[in-house]
Amino acid sequence: MLYIDILFLGLSILLYLLLGGADFGAGIIELFSSEVTKNKTRQLTYRAIGPIWEANHMWLIITIVILFVGFPVVYSTLSVHLHIPLLVMLFGIIARGTAFVFRHYDAVKDDMQKVYNLIFVYSSFITPFFLGIIAGSLIGGKINLQATTFQDAFIAPWFNLFSISVGLFTVCICGFLAAVYLIGEAQNQEDIKIFIRKAKRMNILTVLAGALVFVIAEVDGIPLYRGLLTNKISLLAIIAASISLFFLWDYLLKNKAKNIVRILSGFQITMILFAVGYEYFPAFIMLSDGNYITLIEDTAPQSTLSALAWALIIGSVFILPALFYLYYSFQHKEHEY
Amino acid sequence: MENLLAARSQMALSLGFHIIFSCIGMAMPFFMAVSHYKWIKSGDIQYKNLTKAWSKGVAIFFVTGAVSGTMLSFELGLLWPAFMKHAGPIFGMPFSLEGTAFFIEAIALGFYLYGWNKFSAWFHWFTGLMVGITGLASGILVVAANAWMNSPSGFDFANGQYLNVDPIKAMLNDAWFSQALHMTIAAFVSTGFAVAGIHALMILRGRNSLFHWKAFKIAASFGSVFAILQPISGDISAKDVAVRQPAKLAAMEAHFKTEKRASLIIGGIPNVKEKKIDYAIKIPGALSYLAHGNFNAEVKGLDSIPEVEHPPVAITHFAFQVMVGCGMVLMIAGILFHIALFKKKNWLQASWFFKLFVVLTPLGYIALEAGWMVTEIGRQPWIIYGVMRTAEAVTPMPGIQYSFYLYSAVYVSLSIMVTFLLYRQIRSIPLKYDKDENSSFKINLM
Repeated sequence: MLYIDILFLGLSILLYLLLGGADFGAGIIELFSSEVTKNKTRQLTYRAIGPIWEANHMWLIITIVILFVGFPVVYSTLSVHLHIPLLVMLFGIIARGTAFVFRHYDAVKDDMQKVYNLIFVYSSFITPFFLGIIAGSLIGGKINLQATTFQDAFIAPWFNLFSISVGLFTVCICGFLAAVYLIGEAQNQEDIKIFIRKAKRMNILTVLAGALVFVIAEVDGIPLYRGLLTNKISLLAIIAASISLFFLWDYLLKNKAKNIVRILSGFQITMILFAVGYEYFPAFIMLSDGNYITLIEDTAPQSTLSALAWALIIGSVFILPALFYLYYSFQHKEHEY
Repeated sequence: MENLLAARSQMALSLGFHIIFSCIGMAMPFFMAVSHYKWIKSGDIQYKNLTKAWSKGVAIFFVTGAVSGTMLSFELGLLWPAFMKHAGPIFGMPFSLEGTAFFIEAIALGFYLYGWNKFSAWFHWFTGLMVGITGLASGILVVAANAWMNSPSGFDFANGQYLNVDPIKAMLNDAWFSQALHMTIAAFVSTGFAVAGIHALMILRGRNSLFHWKAFKIAASFGSVFAILQPISGDISAKDVAVRQPAKLAAMEAHFKTEKRASLIIGGIPNVKEKKIDYAIKIPGALSYLAHGNFNAEVKGLDSIPEVEHPPVAITHFAFQVMVGCGMVLMIAGILFHIALFKKKNWLQASWFFKLFVVLTPLGYIALEAGWMVTEIGRQPWIIYGVMRTAEAVTPMPGIQYSFYLYSAVYVSLSIMVTFLLYRQIRSIPLKYDKDENSSFKINLM
């Protein structure tokens, strides 16, 4: 049953990155767009993400619940040592979610829209940035359970170049996913071209940011690079992701096959997450003394793990078909608000 | 500000904020579904407009409730990591089921809000109803988790170890039913009266009277029926608390001395130093009856509990009085509403009648907040009743007061925003939905 819980944990993290990520990315793209395309992005975001954005963010809740029910040591260690970035991320989530709905549901469309937009785009950037910082801190190995100073206990674990580079990488991933997602949602050739151009740029940035993560890991002595090279399955995943990059560019340059592009980009992100996850598994939090907190040893009692697994299985029987039908229903159809 | 106090204040603030939104999220979809049902059945366009207007309110409240709930799921760990480390695996079961319910709610809301004219009428209506049902399920499950803190079960506690964990037994703890029942009814009472109050105000202003009258009737019906039922669940809760948490009941009633034929205390100012209550109305034997169903039963007082385990008596007592007081007023209003509907139809033309409902608008939420203060403050100094103290659970991270100030700022601005948005929603009703269609209808207020 433990492995079912771990599977769902991995799945919900992945889906939050892919679906929630595309969602955040829409705001990131809006942030870095010119006035003209900003409006286009905004309208498209409403249409494409409106019905599904709340569901996209449920994956984060599922992740948190799995952690605190099944892996309480992981959850409480994160809560203590990454308190500050978690707090910032939370404020980002609140600001973004409410700004999105407020700008959409405000009965009067006036200058308040500018305020909502401002909050929306900046929090769309900040949230995945800190999410990435948190992810980087898990493998950065700077969490010190014996730390005695404020700096060592609550700042050093996350305020370092490596974590920040993972933060930037995450922002780029989100922007890339959103651009690719919006290509498929765009309604005319001109818009499709705009989002293809954005997807290209975001993909280049993502690859560069990914390279930066590796460089900084090397400089900081974090064994990310060598680990990925020596672990055959992780290496295979990285190679698969790299090969699919060529196909992606082939499609992007020819301006065609939008669903294939979505699948390829989702595949790349999945492979990267899988490669890193597989390399470290079962370790989940790397500590500064070289020890780590694992998903195998530091778990809830067996009875809880089984109950959790059953809850997840039964939940997914209800959720997945409904969710699938939701995504299906709102693809390429006009709807009245 | 001391760290523990800051953490408790932040938690209280977050819960106090979240509770209001989640109650609206639990009750309002049912109002919406009733109105929607009437639209499908009667074809009366105003019910469609009302449904749409309410659905926008639901969307705004849903997102605010969802983000504040997300914050809470993090705050449990951010503020109380030692509690979550031990309690998470024990009381996490309702949270994992709640995750499912909440997920379905989010999906159903997506279908509902964006599904006008896209699906068959009944499927669309059903998704709206699902929003309500899953919201209700979420609320009940979360309250079951809270009930576990009041009535810990499903584990053995020995030498600081939590052994033989049984998450299902923990979920179905002794307190879950009475707490969930009381809370669910409270959600309908508070939201029913709040919504009715807003529409009553619009009726008094004399604009779009028919639209607001229809809304008023649905909301007030829900509020009234549940307000009349609430004392029954209150009685069940009191009897439950008397057995499980005598310290809480003693604090609620400012009942200092263990005695038989204990008096029910109404009002008054607890004098904690001299262990007595001043200026209170006392009804002999009534507390014994309410707590144990027997006028001569013994009710444990605070003197039977070590002083270090006393909850803050004054706050708990005042909060309890406020809750019961508001509840009683709403119950009477509920009875009046039924009299008006069936016997005194002329009251429905009377301005005093609508003015009364305007005054009652915030009362349900005041009762709700007061009730949660009783539950939570009355449990102190324990975070897990009788097992773990709140002070042992607080985060080692210093400076929580800054986080508290930040959260306060966020909640204040969110409250202002939501109020502002609702104001604009209500103001736009004449422009959006109700132009001339029914201008002939007027409630001629007397």
